[in-house]
Amino acid sequence: MSLLSLQRDFRGWLTDETPAPASKPGASIYQNNYRAQLLACLSDTFERVLLWLGEDAFRVAAATHIHREPPTGWTLDVYGAGFPETLTSIYPDDPEVAELAWLDLALARAFVGADMPPLSPVTLADVDWNIALLEFSPTLATRMIHTNAPAIWSAISAGDAPPAACLLPDAAALVVWRQDFTSCFRTSDAVEALALSRVIDGERFCTICATLVDRWGETDGIAKAGAILGRWLQDGIIVATAC
Amino acid sequence: MMSSGFSGFGLGLRKPHYQDFLDGDVAVDFVEIISENYMIDGGRPRDILRRIRERHPVAMHGVSMSIGSADGVDRDYLQRLRALVDEIDPLFVSDHLCWTRIEGFNSHDLLPLPYTQEALDVVRTNIGVAQDVLGRAILIENPSSYITFDDVDMSEWAFLDATCAETGCGLLLDVNNIFVSATNHGFDPHAYIDGIPADRVRQIHLAGHSQGETMLIDTHDSPVPASVWSLYERAIARTGPVATMIERDDAIPPLSDMLDELNIARTIARASALRVAA
Repeated sequence: MSLLSLQRDFRGWLTDETPAPASKPGASIYQNNYRAQLLACLSDTFERVLLWLGEDAFRVAAATHIHREPPTGWTLDVYGAGFPETLTSIYPDDPEVAELAWLDLALARAFVGADMPPLSPVTLADVDWNIALLEFSPTLATRMIHTNAPAIWSAISAGDAPPAACLLPDAAALVVWRQDFTSCFRTSDAVEALALSRVIDGERFCTICATLVDRWGETDGIAKAGAILGRWLQDGIIVATAC
Repeated sequence: MMSSGFSGFGLGLRKPHYQDFLDGDVAVDFVEIISENYMIDGGRPRDILRRIRERHPVAMHGVSMSIGSADGVDRDYLQRLRALVDEIDPLFVSDHLCWTRIEGFNSHDLLPLPYTQEALDVVRTNIGVAQDVLGRAILIENPSSYITFDDVDMSEWAFLDATCAETGCGLLLDVNNIFVSATNHGFDPHAYIDGIPADRVRQIHLAGHSQGETMLIDTHDSPVPASVWSLYERAIARTGPVATMIERDDAIPPLSDMLDELNIARTIARASALRVAA
């Protein structure tokens, strides 16, 4: 048997595509190691999901994911990328589960994201706002959410009893980034969510201001734009400006 | 260029001991990191590594190079490893005589190779690519194994001997792995130690293991047992002074316990050197 055939067979044993031969009892040790390693990875990355679902339910979900998505990357850091989608398929009527998972994953990714010092507010004095583009921290991630997953996450992390899952009256944006060496998150309203997505899409900040002015009038629109920019500077999510 | 002549005593750098290493002078000659844990874009782990590197020489030990893959090594992985090597300037860069990846699937486990001429050709080619990308000779570690294959052409130690001879790589001799595999497969661990190319050994790993249902398992979750210390004594007598470190990956005790254990290695190595001198 060629080495390639042997390695394909071995992959089949690990992923349960084919049974390992009875003559190789040690194969079960490799199977256990393989599954235990991936389960440990998912348990570590999705710690709050584990606590929310409970260990038994989490193990079932993890086993489903491990069966569906054998790992492909050289680092286990990327293995959990598809787990929120697996959870959506398992818990279609409990959207807070996948949103909790997304938050766990985004915080884990932010923790090892690239180092970029935040822009000092002092440097903004020289910015030509008619043409300025803002560059966000590479650790920033955002998504729209429909449940109180952030409140559940915070309560679990604090060791408090989490609130019952519920839908939010209005969709909100969840914003994740890293400040110094600590991953952070907060929710934002629809106005800031719009501004965030426009900056991420490469729109000039003055164009975003104009949109806000069109919608809320000159005084309120500019005030909202200023408040959003101030919050971004305070959070340290702006790392550069460009023209 | 492979570092040579370094014969200090070190520990694996693990999270529970980060603060100890950052706070003060820890009595080790080097620390060993799991390379992949630091092949990240940034954040606290990289910062801690940079700060510890200012105090201690670092050996880089990887688990994902997959030098036994029949479809070759991952050049993107190697480039990323090279970037960390350039930043850290490590004593050694090592990985295992195993495969972890095939055709896009990555097992994240150290899977065994059949010791055939074909596998030797694959390993030789892959180590050649790795050493070209990294710009230095690497060390290859003997793994623990739980399976043997039919129709092999040579023993594991003969395979390692040929690998070193044909690629110029060095050896990271894991004494615990020799004991585990010897027990599981019924070969003589002394014959293994006597058969390896001792002049190629640059580093030695020590660790503990566990008794599984039918085999010993390389768990790194307990102190180095007497059986492994005994083999270390035999190994260090053959190799002469080389870098020695203790691996602990589970049930990690306080650093002081690890340092006490490391002192046993120092005592054994010192006694061996005195015997040679006499």
